[in-house]
Amino acid sequence: MLNYIIRRILYAIPILVGVNLITFTLFFVVNTPDDMARMQLGIKRVTPEAIAKWKQERGYDQPLMFNNAAEGLEKVTRTIFFEKSVAMFAFRFGRADDGRDIAYEIRTRMLPSLAIALPVFVLGLIVYITFALTMVFFRATYVDFWGVVLCVALMSISSLFYIIGGQFLISKLWHLVPISGYGQGLDSAKFLVLPVIIGVISAAGANTRWYRTLFLEEMGKDYVRTARAKGLPESAVLFRHVLQNALIPILTGAVVIIPLLFLGSLIVESFFGIPGLGSYTIDAINSQDFAVVRVMVFLGSLLYIVGLILTDISYTLVDPRIRLE
Amino acid sequence: MPATHFLPAFLAVLVCACSGNPWNSPYPAADAGKNILYAAFAERPKHLDPVQSYSSNEILFTAQIYEPPLQYHYLKRPYELIPASAAKMPEVHYFDEKGARLGDNVDAGQIAFTVYEISIKSGIRYQPHPAFARDPQGEFLYHRLGEEDVRGIYRLSDFPQTGSRELTAADYVFQVKRLAHPRLHSPIFGLMSDYIVGLKEYATTLEMAAKERSGERKEQGEQSSREQDGEDYLDLARYPLEGAEVVDRYTYRIKIRGKYPQFRYWLAMPFFAPIPWEAERFYSQKGLSEKNISLDWYPVGTGPYMLSENNPNRIMVLEKNPNFHGEAYPSEGMPGDAEGGLLEDAGKPLPFIEKVIYSRERESIPRWNKFLQGYYDASNIGSDSFDQAVQLTGQGEATVTEAMKEQGIRLETAVATSTNYVGFNMFDPVVGGVGKRGREAARKLRQAISIAVDYEEYVSIFANGRGIPAQSPIAPGIAGHREGKEGINPVVYEWVDGRPRRKPIGVARALLAEAGYPNGISARTGEPLVLYFDVTARGAEDKSSLDWMRKQFQKLNIQLVVRSTDYNRFQDKIRKGNAQIFEWGWNADYPDPENFLFLLHGPQQKVGNEGENASNYSNPEYNRLFEQMKNMENGPVRQKIIDRMIDILRHDAPWLWGYHPKDYGLYHSWYGNVKPNRLSNNNVKYLRIDGVLREQKRREWNEPIVWPAIAGLIALAGSLLPAALVYRRRERGTGISDAALKMEAQGRRVGDA
Repeated sequence: MLNYIIRRILYAIPILVGVNLITFTLFFVVNTPDDMARMQLGIKRVTPEAIAKWKQERGYDQPLMFNNAAEGLEKVTRTIFFEKSVAMFAFRFGRADDGRDIAYEIRTRMLPSLAIALPVFVLGLIVYITFALTMVFFRATYVDFWGVVLCVALMSISSLFYIIGGQFLISKLWHLVPISGYGQGLDSAKFLVLPVIIGVISAAGANTRWYRTLFLEEMGKDYVRTARAKGLPESAVLFRHVLQNALIPILTGAVVIIPLLFLGSLIVESFFGIPGLGSYTIDAINSQDFAVVRVMVFLGSLLYIVGLILTDISYTLVDPRIRLE
Repeated sequence: MPATHFLPAFLAVLVCACSGNPWNSPYPAADAGKNILYAAFAERPKHLDPVQSYSSNEILFTAQIYEPPLQYHYLKRPYELIPASAAKMPEVHYFDEKGARLGDNVDAGQIAFTVYEISIKSGIRYQPHPAFARDPQGEFLYHRLGEEDVRGIYRLSDFPQTGSRELTAADYVFQVKRLAHPRLHSPIFGLMSDYIVGLKEYATTLEMAAKERSGERKEQGEQSSREQDGEDYLDLARYPLEGAEVVDRYTYRIKIRGKYPQFRYWLAMPFFAPIPWEAERFYSQKGLSEKNISLDWYPVGTGPYMLSENNPNRIMVLEKNPNFHGEAYPSEGMPGDAEGGLLEDAGKPLPFIEKVIYSRERESIPRWNKFLQGYYDASNIGSDSFDQAVQLTGQGEATVTEAMKEQGIRLETAVATSTNYVGFNMFDPVVGGVGKRGREAARKLRQAISIAVDYEEYVSIFANGRGIPAQSPIAPGIAGHREGKEGINPVVYEWVDGRPRRKPIGVARALLAEAGYPNGISARTGEPLVLYFDVTARGAEDKSSLDWMRKQFQKLNIQLVVRSTDYNRFQDKIRKGNAQIFEWGWNADYPDPENFLFLLHGPQQKVGNEGENASNYSNPEYNRLFEQMKNMENGPVRQKIIDRMIDILRHDAPWLWGYHPKDYGLYHSWYGNVKPNRLSNNNVKYLRIDGVLREQKRREWNEPIVWPAIAGLIALAGSLLPAALVYRRRERGTGISDAALKMEAQGRRVGDA
């Protein structure tokens, strides 16, 4: 298995280089280093000298990807792409365009993101699986029918509606929790209730239907018939047999997103004033801060690859027939 | 940790309930009833170093912390400069080329240099700060920090000791020198280097000194990159600047080229606030900037407030500066101020508010709802909440709606010192013209469009009436602006029944025909006239305003093509002169007509000069008059020149003059001493909050309503009950149902028979 993991890590390198290249190209198609300088220096009374100096200090005065003026290998190495990428692959994220340390920001913003994403993930799994099993248990009854109708309805509504509706109903009308904000330590708990509830409900429709489908497929298999024939109660059939055997597809969807929980949610954090990494990314995009955008995309792809490797490993844990070679 | 965040959530809600604090309160129960101002900010400030900070969302903080020598009178209009940290208004002396002193009323052309001599109050002290902390021997405690010393430091408050010292004139001179610092990129360096004697050369000197230092460090084998070492302190005291000198402990001089009366307005901005050298020395140490401990993040000032918490992702907290030198609330104001209660605190010591908590609120909906719940003390009005907040009286006066009135919310309005306009690119052959006849035709075309685009309608539809259609670039409240009949633009308006009325569209059509486009068709080619409107990329919500603009041009049978692009490309088009008609705006830096009229000054053209004249307009007479007017003091002579300049502009019509926006602000009943304006930003010290009333209202407005949640849970449980019963029956039942058994038994009996 170790060989397999090493091989997967090596495969990840070209993927990360490719992602970095695409991010770089897309970003600089839209923004030039001059635009970035203007954005940082302000739009009033900005002189060309100030722009030139800003670019020089941050290394944006080089050609983007190919330096005609340089000699030999430096044609490639003395470029913005190479110089910025090498440092990032060494996990030296440097400074944002406003001069602030990116690694420091990531460290301080990771916890607020996780404080929402982790409860949403854990609670979500519990709620969706329970709901799906309930529907399967009562299949072909009104519970199943109205459950599916509810899932389709939940899927059809935009996540923004849940946020605005939730804020209106729970915070504005019923005055139960704050509309938005974030606190320190225990004080932050009351701010998390609403985004977590909304996070769970907004994804409930799609996930529950997906899990229901998985469970129904399992229900038709021989081992379920055998279990019933043995006279096992339906609850035992569902929770002891069907749930265990449906774990592999559940893991496929769940484990892969665990590392990405650190990156937070763009919209939820923005609407609830959570100072996490999602809102950091939004801010960076709005202020054309390439240094931050690049790092966040890099981290996103890296964590996704880590998630995929973890998924593979978890297969071996839940299904002894699977070997990673 | 995050799990522990979530699990005690309901416990926390329970704690809130027990504490008597409303459940939905975003603030700790311990702060209830305190003298704290609660405000929101949408964008995180980029710079808090006064040499760099230039945005309105930054000056919100820096203006309360830093104290420049001058400030604007809080109540008087038109805006009046008064001393802040200065002991009196600066003494202004004029000199000729040889250095001989000139009289005060000498012609501006004879003045080679102006010297501003500024005396500051004695006894002013800086806020407590570790940069000033000293040991018993008098040595600085934190000026030689090693790697070990900074290991456990993450915030400025992690330094256990703080100190202070008296403000001196040298600190102001230090800040003037910082304008030229090669690392700091002051946005006003370009402008100031044209005026402050020797500033341009000083930047070169500092740059060379920085390079030398870097070279020395390389030779010594140190790491040269600033990112890696952070040690980039340049001792500015070693490099004198001709244009800024210390006279004595409390007096300094700034020497500028020629006469530039507007310079006094700059002295009211944080760019000219004092900075202690100790702070620069302290923050330049290795390891601090990596932790965002820098002057750009933790300001050091003498103002009424100091930044005690800087977490721009969530919260920024200003607390009263314990060393503030004190100042009294103004005793004079404008007519109506006393009746409005604005002089009740006359002569009382400032500031009134103990603490200001600014919370980051990116979205307008939560911000607005929290204001209605009493968790923000004031709010601006978004277009989506305008109808909920404001109604127009029969006389057309804006007032708050009944619902707002019931909550005790009041509306304050002020015309902003800014202008939103549509510019014509004068280098464009169609709207700018080529050759004498072409230019004349283009002028008539622009005049025709000026009449056709109905800004009264625009303000009414798209700005909810929050604006005044502009008659010239100069905003109301600024010297040079004229009201009434003599202030109207005769090209576009006529004076009817005591008010301006837009000329009929027939006049515009006649002008269009004179321009060579009768009924919007080119007389020369027979082709319909097509014009291009360059705008930044917009969302669906702006489609209606663009459609409206097309309709305005359609009145003249002109086809308007909207060219939408992203902001970067738009700026690029403007810089290169590739736009034809475009939208733009300007917020005044200071209340002087020069700050508006320079936007159309020829040498300020965007193309070629990178100036602020985005329409690239240039008229020799206007340019000459501008040069004459800019150095004059306000008075009848200056007004006459301004009137002539405005006549030229109205005739040439390089802009659709657009409108001057009106600021509408909503304030709760516990919020006092409010007189909004956009120029004076250090206003927090004058404001007053009744914390007890606020707490009472918050509790009244935010009683938790629990029954819907309980009813929802009961309904959910109830809906599952029949299913649970079915489950129970099924689990207890046998493999074959009773009915089947009965049928089987019956069948057997029949068989037997």
